[in-house]
Amino acid sequence: MSELSADAKQKFISADRAAASRKIAMKGMMQALGMLPILVILTIGFHLMTDGRFFTGQNISIVAQQAAINTVLAAGMTFVILTGGIDLSVGSILAASAMVGVIASLIPGWGLLGIPAALLTGLFFGLINGSLVAFLQLPPFIVTLGGLTAIRGVARLIGEDQTVFNPDLSFAFIGNGSLTLIPGVLSIPVLAVIAILVILVSWFVLRRTILGTHIYAVGGNPAAARLSGIKVWRVLLVVYAISGLLAGLGGVMSAARLYAANGLQLGQSYELDAIAAVILGGTSFIGGIGSIWGTLIGALIIAVLTNGLILLGVSDIWQFIIKGLVIIGAVTLDRFRTQGGART
Amino acid sequence: MSTSSAATPLVEMRDISIAFGGVKAVDRASLELYPGEVVGLLGHNGAGKSTLIKILSGAYARDAGQIFIDGQEARIDNPRDAKAYGIETIYQTLALADNVDAASNLFLGRELLTAWGTLDDAAMESQARQVMGRLNPNFRRFKDPVKSLSGGQRQSVAIARAIHFNARILIMDEPTAALGPAETAQVGELIKQLKREGIGIFLISHDIHDVFDLADRVTVMKNGKVVGSARTSDVSKDDVLGMIILGKCPPGAIPGPGAAS
Repeated sequence: MSELSADAKQKFISADRAAASRKIAMKGMMQALGMLPILVILTIGFHLMTDGRFFTGQNISIVAQQAAINTVLAAGMTFVILTGGIDLSVGSILAASAMVGVIASLIPGWGLLGIPAALLTGLFFGLINGSLVAFLQLPPFIVTLGGLTAIRGVARLIGEDQTVFNPDLSFAFIGNGSLTLIPGVLSIPVLAVIAILVILVSWFVLRRTILGTHIYAVGGNPAAARLSGIKVWRVLLVVYAISGLLAGLGGVMSAARLYAANGLQLGQSYELDAIAAVILGGTSFIGGIGSIWGTLIGALIIAVLTNGLILLGVSDIWQFIIKGLVIIGAVTLDRFRTQGGART
Repeated sequence: MSTSSAATPLVEMRDISIAFGGVKAVDRASLELYPGEVVGLLGHNGAGKSTLIKILSGAYARDAGQIFIDGQEARIDNPRDAKAYGIETIYQTLALADNVDAASNLFLGRELLTAWGTLDDAAMESQARQVMGRLNPNFRRFKDPVKSLSGGQRQSVAIARAIHFNARILIMDEPTAALGPAETAQVGELIKQLKREGIGIFLISHDIHDVFDLADRVTVMKNGKVVGSARTSDVSKDDVLGMIILGKCPPGAIPGPGAAS
């Protein structure tokens, strides 16, 4: 083959490739935003059904606040599920971290110490989960199911099974402050700012770093990942550590909102909402497929649903039933829509 | 490569043994590979050839025996160690991450980074384009998950990954099993080209026809033991078949511990 024809061929290939990569980008976008129409329909539906009470600045701010903690937990859960694992212990870690955070915040003059104390608590439990999964190769479901129970016990133990209060919580601005974007019109709760930052950082890690590539590779084919020289144990350890750390951040956010923490009640069944958000976001339970944007949309769907049903005055009992059915229904729809494409 | 390396084997595996749950998959097997040489490792399914070679590529940890690279004893405990010695493997099952695209698979575990420490997708794709251009000029689906590629295309990605990082020792496990005739011929051409560059190549196959014409020497295994080794110029295909099936070492071959008496 002559140089010239090779060159011509190369040009031909790049034109073809541009078209192909546009198609792929489109497909990726569709996959990530698969649930966006559902979110939009829910929002419009609730707005109409509540006579315009849903889509107001104040209510949107409330929804954002309600979605924030779940978004943070779900972001961590996305990392774990992308490797084909699961973290059932995030609700309990959140409770234990919040307890440690509030207790640390009671130290006179060192109240802000509560934030790193809570984060480190979360990281610590995440590392324990990760070590058991990575080194002892125990199934993640079992490890974190044990964690769910044991860490709940630890959370109660920390406060001697009492609620701890701090009316002068030095980091209360995290839970109750907001950033004013347009005075009197638009302000955004600090909780929501944190959630958005977590999503952006997660996107960066998953898409732009070696760790991200390795997370997808381990989730897609652990054997191939190992043979490629990837330290699979390190990837697993890191994802559970991230999930724990973000659950610790969730603890800071909860404590900051309530000025208090309670080892028994705080974060009960939060893991289920986090998992629901990830699954609604189109991330495969088998691992290797999914995106953080999907998780954000999933978390927003759950928050909109909860808020809308409350605005409509639907009873607590029916809220549970409807939420459960919507999750199953949405994923079913998505399955039909993407059939023939990637198996999720 | 200096002249002395012609006398020193690139790879020498000496008295390698490994057992799985009491079954001796490989029993005191020895093997040599010289620079620019193609050695066919033959035997029935279950003869231990894949297991032996997976010890060299770091996928299995041996129970006993030594490995020498360039005459120096080498410590190979995992796939990373093997890669550090320039040993690259193309596995029968390809060992690609199905959900990741071709360029990312090529650099899996050895990603290129920008000055900021982030993934350098542009550089990885352009290098992937270069190396694939050498193997399979028609390949252009760099951004698709490899799951959606054909057997031949996946094979090209796997080979590209192996040769891109200046491999000195290439292991190909059933390299043409998943390929059509044209693609098989392409792989044959590639092997000759790599051989000229001084790379030592192990070809593993249960089918003598796949490797006989490409190999300089063959080593035959049976029941975990080496039956013998021979230059392909000194023996016939039938002789080698006799080694594979009966474990009988023909004249012209050097018998190993597994040779039938």
